[in-house]
Amino acid sequence: MNARILIGGALLAVGAIVAGPAAPGAAGSTPQVAIENFRFTPSTLTVPTGTTVTWVNHDAEIHTVTSPAGAFASPALETDEKFSFTFNAPGIYAYFCALHPQMRSTVVVQ
Amino acid sequence: MDMDRRGFLECMAWVGTGVVWTAAGGVLSSRTLAQAAETPAGGDFGFVQISDTHIGFKGEANKDVAATLGEAIARINALPTRPAFVLHTGDLTHAQKPGAFDAVAEMLKSVKTERVFYVPGENDVFLDGGKDYLARYGKGTVGGKGWQSFDHRGVHFVGLVNVESYKAKGLGSLGAEQLEWLEDDVRKLSSSTPVVVFTHVPLWAVYAKWGWATDDSEQALGYLKRFGSVTVLNGHIHQVLQKVEGNVAFHTAMSTAFPQPAPGSAPSPGPLKVGDDRVRTLLGLREVRYIQGRGPLAVVDSTLA
Repeated sequence: MNARILIGGALLAVGAIVAGPAAPGAAGSTPQVAIENFRFTPSTLTVPTGTTVTWVNHDAEIHTVTSPAGAFASPALETDEKFSFTFNAPGIYAYFCALHPQMRSTVVVQ
Repeated sequence: MDMDRRGFLECMAWVGTGVVWTAAGGVLSSRTLAQAAETPAGGDFGFVQISDTHIGFKGEANKDVAATLGEAIARINALPTRPAFVLHTGDLTHAQKPGAFDAVAEMLKSVKTERVFYVPGENDVFLDGGKDYLARYGKGTVGGKGWQSFDHRGVHFVGLVNVESYKAKGLGSLGAEQLEWLEDDVRKLSSSTPVVVFTHVPLWAVYAKWGWATDDSEQALGYLKRFGSVTVLNGHIHQVLQKVEGNVAFHTAMSTAFPQPAPGSAPSPGPLKVGDDRVRTLLGLREVRYIQGRGPLAVVDSTLA
């Protein structure tokens, strides 16, 4: 899998942000998932194959974005830190926070 | 059953008022007479539980977690009777921050006791699957995997790891291998042996929505059912809660680092900000005393305030 992992926003020059419940991101855009109040928002994100999704931690607590199947795993994200992953294969990707595993969410790649 | 219910209600009153010293004894002494006859030979001793030191945490809830751990250590060292040992029930570090394990180890060197036993919290293992933790504390545990048992003056102690496969259902989990070991470990013991289990995530369902439960704890408790006195000590939820179920007394402990909200009382289980003047009323440590011929263990929680 050609995963590009961008940490801490250092390489995140792309400005186009699409967020909102199940907002389909156009290929090439970078939909964001907010991590806030121990929740991933939107809880389900649907994107076309090839989309890079960016998570941003708005909590004061550390969180992670972790695929139990091992497809992707962020490092520990401090407040305002970001993590991105490019979904190059269609499928349903469940993920959770490894520190607070009651935090669960899904990316649907079409 | 009536006795247990009364014990539970007393306990809840105790939690509500925050007066720990006398009522903690009350909860346990309601069962003292029934069990006194079963108490095996052995000398009196005491030990201390500390939990959730979260070294590396720098949030608003407590900007100096090393200072509050230092205060907890000073309390231990000021106890009139030196504790036989100290149990650390996990989350030594905050999210495995670099240098945090070393800092905890350095600080705990000053504790006046024979030994410190550890179980990991999810903060100690989530990044590397427990590699660093086990390199430091796995020695002498079963297969180097972190869980262990030992006997001290007639009391059987079991340290369980329930954060290794934490992700499975969003809850703590012991796993088949550890459960099998536990069943075998306690099989040889007489039912009159007092058993103390220490672990990180609660072994009773405190609040599953926040992950404050262990998915296969029922199975573990099943192996302990026949014992006259079982005391379960855990951390993870940064507050004192108690529950008595049959012969099993559950005690969750305070953190030395930061408090967390009561189950379901906040949108999330994130650190509770109560201000610098109040935080020490919600942080603390626990002393447990075993008195020969007196039945169950006496559990006394005290705050840093």
